[in-house]
Amino acid sequence: MAKQIVIVSGKGGTGKTVISGAFSTIAKNKVIVDADVDAADLFLLLNPTNSKVTKFSGGKKAVIDLGKCVKCEKCKNNCHFDAIDEDFIIDEIQCEGCGLCAGICLSGAISMIPVDSGEWYISETVYGIFVHAKLGIAEENSGKLVSLVKQKAIEIAKANKSDWIIIDGPPGIGCPAIAALGHTDCVVVVTEPTLSGFHDAKRVIELANHFKLLVKVIINKCDLNQLITEEIERYCIDNQIEVVGKIKYDETVIQSIVNGQTLMDYQVFGQKDVLLNAWNKIVAAIN
Amino acid sequence: MIIAIASCKGGTGKTTLAVSLALSIGKNIQLIDSDVEEPNDHIFIKPQINKKENVLIKVPKVDLNKCTFCGKCSSVCAFNAIAVTPCSVNIFPELCHSCGACEYFCPTKAISEVDQVIGVIEIGAKEEIDFIQGKLDVGQAMPTPIVKALKKYIDQSKHTIIDAPPGSSCAMVNSVNDADYCILVTEPTPFGLNDLIIAIEVLRKLKIPFGVVINRSDIGDNKVEEYCQNQEIEILMMIPFSRRIAEGYSRGEPLIESFLEYREKFKNLFMMLKDRYG
Repeated sequence: MAKQIVIVSGKGGTGKTVISGAFSTIAKNKVIVDADVDAADLFLLLNPTNSKVTKFSGGKKAVIDLGKCVKCEKCKNNCHFDAIDEDFIIDEIQCEGCGLCAGICLSGAISMIPVDSGEWYISETVYGIFVHAKLGIAEENSGKLVSLVKQKAIEIAKANKSDWIIIDGPPGIGCPAIAALGHTDCVVVVTEPTLSGFHDAKRVIELANHFKLLVKVIINKCDLNQLITEEIERYCIDNQIEVVGKIKYDETVIQSIVNGQTLMDYQVFGQKDVLLNAWNKIVAAIN
Repeated sequence: MIIAIASCKGGTGKTTLAVSLALSIGKNIQLIDSDVEEPNDHIFIKPQINKKENVLIKVPKVDLNKCTFCGKCSSVCAFNAIAVTPCSVNIFPELCHSCGACEYFCPTKAISEVDQVIGVIEIGAKEEIDFIQGKLDVGQAMPTPIVKALKKYIDQSKHTIIDAPPGSSCAMVNSVNDADYCILVTEPTPFGLNDLIIAIEVLRKLKIPFGVVINRSDIGDNKVEEYCQNQEIEILMMIPFSRRIAEGYSRGEPLIESFLEYREKFKNLFMMLKDRYG
């Protein structure tokens, strides 16, 4: 079975996507997943083509037929989300699609309509098959969409006998992050030596520990604050977590993004060996 | 006036902006950190926390003496949070949205709702700034109930700054949807632009006026600026990259304390927004 490696960080903007891009270039025989469906950016480095698009409906929303409504207020009084107002208009944002109102409506005036919550894609890239998605505007259920793209990637990996699934994860520790890191073989936490980066990394490491997953750490921009980098390293030693790579602050990283290239493909980037070593350490730890 | 600070992409400078704005105003202001998965404002504000309140959600509890394992609860649950077998009921609290459907429809009244703690709201102050933050417990999946609970602390007699979480789904939407104005922070890279466009689509759907701050404005390319000009979106401020700003940030120093020239800029920004939208 393909081994799953997820790249997370807790805090956003620490370098998850560029490192996912680099690992997507290094790893052989893999499927690549962008599980940050709220703000999917990995496609900007992988330049996918021939995308097969599928609509995603993560849930339903209640719709009231005011012609049938007898204004008994049962729906309004029982809605746990205060989503129905005095005029029996449903607040689309507040409605979670539970269907309680439709189930209790005496006049059958409420129906549950599937919502268009975004779409997902299976694309080709020069690095291999890429599964990604785009959440609909202001839609919920991003956790479900993350689970879906992961599931598709697992199916493709099985059919193609792939060795690896590389997953670019979302920030945070809530449902999309849980969905992204669940059942993976290694959680790579990308952090930076800032008090907030370290604070957030500890929370996502705690989350990975909660699910008893293997954790590796990469410290990005490690020379930005030497003291905090040392503090992160001490924390990792105390918690028996291997730091698999330390990347120095490097302006060419931004240029590689502007060029739409992965770090490994970007000629000028001078720390390819660090990423290669990090990858080899992760592979060694999993095997 | 309620000003939300948002960005679909993480790490563009939401915290820097929210903290700078709050500190530059100084009084009659509350700062609400609504990034409950990873709240960071406290690192920069260093508030004194005076009160903590647990955030509870309702989850179902089944009285097996009354349960007939009919499976009704499972069939009405839109979130797959209950599975019923011929002799057991399994509840998955992390999937439960606390809608109450299972309790309502249970024919034998075997289900009751019980409280479950999912996080905490911390209330404090730093000098004359009211500080409120939400914090999701590690392992809990749903930030939105905490975001909603935080909004009950909005004090209409004061100005409120809400530091929203990254992303574009439920927690972000609920953080910004009562704001009079939203400041979007981005960086001039293809990632920053791609995510800015998503954030703009969300705000347009919610009909919230907004403007853009371009952080690290001299890195990357000029496509964000071009996009804003073409779309007639106001660019509120440009903050050029400086290693000293980044280092100050790393140590938890608020921008306007290390770089005094920004104090005036943020004050002016606030006065301008207050005149127009307050």
